Order: sequence, then structure tokens, then C-alpha cells
Amino acid sequence: MRALVDLLNRSFAVPAVYQPYLAAGVIFVLAFVIVVFAAVYSGVLIFAERRVAGRIMSRIGPNRVGPHGLLQFVADAVKLIVKEDIIPDASDRPLYRFAPYLMTMGVFAGFVVLPLSPHVIGADLNIGLLYVLAITAIAVVGVLMSGWASNSKWSLFGGMRSAAQIVSYEIPNALALLPGVLLAGTLSTQAIIRAQGGWPWEWYVFHSPMMLALFVIYFIAALAEGARIPFDLPEGESELVAGYFTEYTGFRFAAYFVGELAHTWIAGSLAVIVFLGGWQIPGVSVAEIDAAQGGMLWLYEALALAIFVLKMIFVVFLMIQLRWTLPRVRVDQMMVICWKYLLPITFVALFLILGFMLVWPWESVGGLLWRVAMTAVGLGVVVVYFWRVRYNIVAARDRLYLKFWI
Amino acid sequence: MTHTAVHRYFHNVATSTTSIFEGLAVTMSWMFRRPYTIQYPYSPRDPKTRLGGPETLPERYRGFLEVDMDICSACLACERACPVDCIRIDVEKIVLPNDPEKKEQRAMTRFDIDMAKCMFCGLCSEPCPTGAIRHTQHFESPVTSPLNLLMRFVDPAKPVIPYKVKKGEEPKTKPRGEIAAAMYVNRAWDAPAPKLPDIPRPVPGTSTDTSTATPK
Repeated sequence: MRALVDLLNRSFAVPAVYQPYLAAGVIFVLAFVIVVFAAVYSGVLIFAERRVAGRIMSRIGPNRVGPHGLLQFVADAVKLIVKEDIIPDASDRPLYRFAPYLMTMGVFAGFVVLPLSPHVIGADLNIGLLYVLAITAIAVVGVLMSGWASNSKWSLFGGMRSAAQIVSYEIPNALALLPGVLLAGTLSTQAIIRAQGGWPWEWYVFHSPMMLALFVIYFIAALAEGARIPFDLPEGESELVAGYFTEYTGFRFAAYFVGELAHTWIAGSLAVIVFLGGWQIPGVSVAEIDAAQGGMLWLYEALALAIFVLKMIFVVFLMIQLRWTLPRVRVDQMMVICWKYLLPITFVALFLILGFMLVWPWESVGGLLWRVAMTAVGLGVVVVYFWRVRYNIVAARDRLYLKFWI
Repeated sequence: MTHTAVHRYFHNVATSTTSIFEGLAVTMSWMFRRPYTIQYPYSPRDPKTRLGGPETLPERYRGFLEVDMDICSACLACERACPVDCIRIDVEKIVLPNDPEKKEQRAMTRFDIDMAKCMFCGLCSEPCPTGAIRHTQHFESPVTSPLNLLMRFVDPAKPVIPYKVKKGEEPKTKPRGEIAAAMYVNRAWDAPAPKLPDIPRPVPGTSTDTSTATPK
């Protein structure tokens, strides 16, 4: 944000009197851009989700609106916006009306510190990671508020469940991100990326076996934070109709959806930033990117952006795939997973990593060997995975079919 | 003792990890397999290729009705059997337009089946002595007006002389589905509704019926 203000100051002679207005204008424009980005991302995500869900269920998915159904989300949004906005008589009107915006606000505010490339970032706060974890937790207030204000038992149950779930999973979520902070020595998202490298053995996920485990734990906790299957208890259709947004219609209903879908960007983005090397370009050091000028700078920016988005697609695809792979866990199982499994394992892994950092520092040969070995393990997992995929196709006596656009 | 609590704990971690991994492999395999869905009635890649036509249905499928007027004996059994009265047959003694002898003959001037009313029960084809009325495998005929589903098997200008059933002779008929194919397939779905003659109906309150009038 400051960079943009500086750029405008350099390009135009802005009198000192108008400086606050300039800053306010830049903030407003950036906020608008972020909201639009989050909304469009949610739309694209729901399209991807429905198409992937279709293929996993041996269906095709929506492919009628626009080329290959790409504009389906526009149709969905128009449909939701033109719907009647119903506010239940017995509801607490001001709270009921405000709750969805509180939730989306918490999620959108998290986008501010999430970088897309070396220079594309809302604001590179020095407490970025802490900020994003704290601000996304505001969403739980919105959820609880909607559960209470709806004056419906289903909504209240959904809101309570959501509060219990998000508060519980905040802990493994934050603790699993902590080693990244320890390794980089900073909470700034950009600095954490800069401390890593472009090649897989320079990513934090392959730092040590514990880091790989923490990546999985972070992923599980992030799914629970975003209330996605298998942790979508707050909106469990089979028992709570739609959970905390049971009573909502029209635009407010859509706001909840956008908030939830946009949360996958935050969850996936944090995984990419802390574990998967962010926008780092393989073979290009951070110093080279910083020193680049003119055309090269644009090239590096575009490359970094493409790499970041590619990694995001991988993580988000995994989230979508998990959603259509696993059944929903029970409430007690959800709590057991968090408190009995994720939390102790995270603590143990955290302390092991502290020892690991002392014995094999990042720059040491031992550390590099560990990272290369862990990269090989990661590659092995991918190879075994695709071997199992092939086995499943062969076992069903089916043929390989590589058309993704039907 | 292997089944201690600690053992169970790590066993749970290991089994959940491997089973989720295996589950992901199963769902991922479907990303590389052809979906079962057939995009009826056509494939978007090639709109000319029509999928799932009548020929894919079983032989005894009860689709649209067809009547072979060459072997219809005008016995009216189908009209009587129809539970929803969608069949309407008129048999009159008339002089056929191209008859040189000008002799009055028994002829069908109307054989209508309202396919919009038909409930595809098959009760009409059962009593038919010659097998003239029968169901076909044809089923698709989208129209914008239900009147376009009123099928006329007799042109009013060309009345049809009923078929005489002879003992020991099997009536010769066209292959099943041929008449229906000509009537139902490749019709314009958005054809305007045909103009049907107005049937005067008694308007309530303006009855000219004198039976209830007070006697003089």
C-alpha cells in the first residue's frame, strides 16, 4: 500500500494537504480490489468444485452456462441476489442483518497480508501471520451472532458448533505454522517466502520429517477452520438443515457462501507461503528479483504470480478432492481429532524441530541432506499415489480418459 | 501385549493416514476415467450426433402410439378400452369422393389420438383384433403447444374403408415404428398450434334447453 502511495507521489506532485486523502483513496481502491478478487475467486472456486465433484462422482457437472459452464457462478450469483430477502419475525433484526457482513469482513480482511508475487500484496505487515490468524477468527463472531440472532434452534446449534470447532482448531492451526516463523525469524508473510527458495528442497515443508507432518496437520486444521468437509459440522445438512445460515436468504446467504469459499484462499495461501515456498521462482534468487529492472521485473513478477497460483491450485484442488472423498466426522470425533491427536503431535513436532534446528541448521550440509532426503520422500509419496491411482483404474477394467473439458 | 492404549493411538494415526491416502487415490482415479453420463440428446462436441434414440429402448417399450390404417377394422375396441378417452374414431356411412358408383359405404372419417392425454397404459393395443394400434419405441416429441400432439391418422378429405378380417389370414402390416417415425421424428418443435374447429359449448345460464322449463 505504501509503495503505491509512494509511486503516486513520485508520478504526480500531490500537495501535502491532500496526502491523507491520497492514502485514504489508495486504501479504498485496494480494499475494493481485494473484495472483488475474493468474490471472483469464490465464483471460480465454486465452478471448479462442482466440476471436480462431478468427475469424482462419474458425472460431468454444470457445463451449460457459458463456455464449459464457466459462467455458471454468474448465473448463481444473479439468482441469489434477485431472491427475496427474508428476515424472520422473531429474529434480532440488527444482529441478524449485520452477522453475514461480519463474517465476510473477517475473511476479506485476511487477504490484505497474503502476497501473490514479490510486489503484489495489500500490505506487508511485520506481524502478517499473526494478523491473518487473528482477523480470520473474527468470522466466528459473525457465525455465532447469526446463530443467535436467527432465533432458530438449528442456527444456534450450528453457531455453537462452529464456535467450538474454530476455537479448538485455532491452536493446532497456529502451532503448525509456528516452525515456519521460527525458521524465517519473522512473522511477515513476504519475509517468510524470501527465507525459502524456488526448488522443492528449499521449501519449509521438506525441512524435516516433523515439518512434513506439520504440513498435514496444518492442512487438517485449516479445513476445520474453514468448516469444509469433513469438518462442516456447523452446517451439517443431515442434522441442522444448513446450520447457522438456515434462516438466511438472498444476498446475505450468498455473503456466507463467499466468505466460506474465500476462506479456502486464505487457508491454501498460508500453506503455500509457510510450507511450499510461496512465489519463489526455481533457479532465480530473491536478490536477482530485487535487482531486476523494467522488462525483467515484469517477467519475474508474472513468473512468480504463475508459480504462486499453480501452487494454490494444487492445494485448493486437494481441499476440493478431500471434500468429495471423506464423509463428515461426528462432533465428538471432531473434538478427539483436535485435542487428542493434532495438538499433542503438533507440540511434539514443534519441540523436535527446535532440537533439529540446533543440530542441523538451515545452511549446514546435514540440513541440506535432510531436505533432499525429505524431497525424495515427498516425491516417493506422489509416485506411490499415482501408482495407486493407476491401480484403481486398472482394477476397474477402465481405460484412461484424459479429457477434462466435456 | 500389543493392544495397549499407546499402540492403539499410533495405530489410529497410521490407519487414518493410509486410508485417507487410499481414498484420495480412488477419487483421483475418477478424474482420469470417462464419466458415465451421456449428455442426452446430443454430445456438445458434435451436435449432429444424437445419443439415445428409440432404437436403444427395449422392444416392448410403451412409447407413442401408431395406427396402421391399412389393417384397422374400425371395431372401436381401442376407443372403448381407453381409460382417458384420448382416442376418437368416427365411422360414417358416406359416399367416397372418388367412388364412381356413388354407393354409400362404411368408412372412417376420423381417427385421432391425443398423445398429450395418453397415459401409455397399453389397454388399447390389447383388444385390437388385427394389431393395427400399437405402442412404438418413439418417445421424444417436444412441442410448444399440446395441440401439436393431437395425432390424426385419417385425413378428413380421404375417408378410410375398414379392413375386413378374413378367417385364417394374418393381416400384413408395416414394420412397427415406421408410421410413428414419419409422424413424430424430425418435427419442428416450435411449430404453431393447428387451428382446430370451434366446438360450440353450452354457456351456463344461457341454456336453451326447455326440459326444465315450467309447463304451460
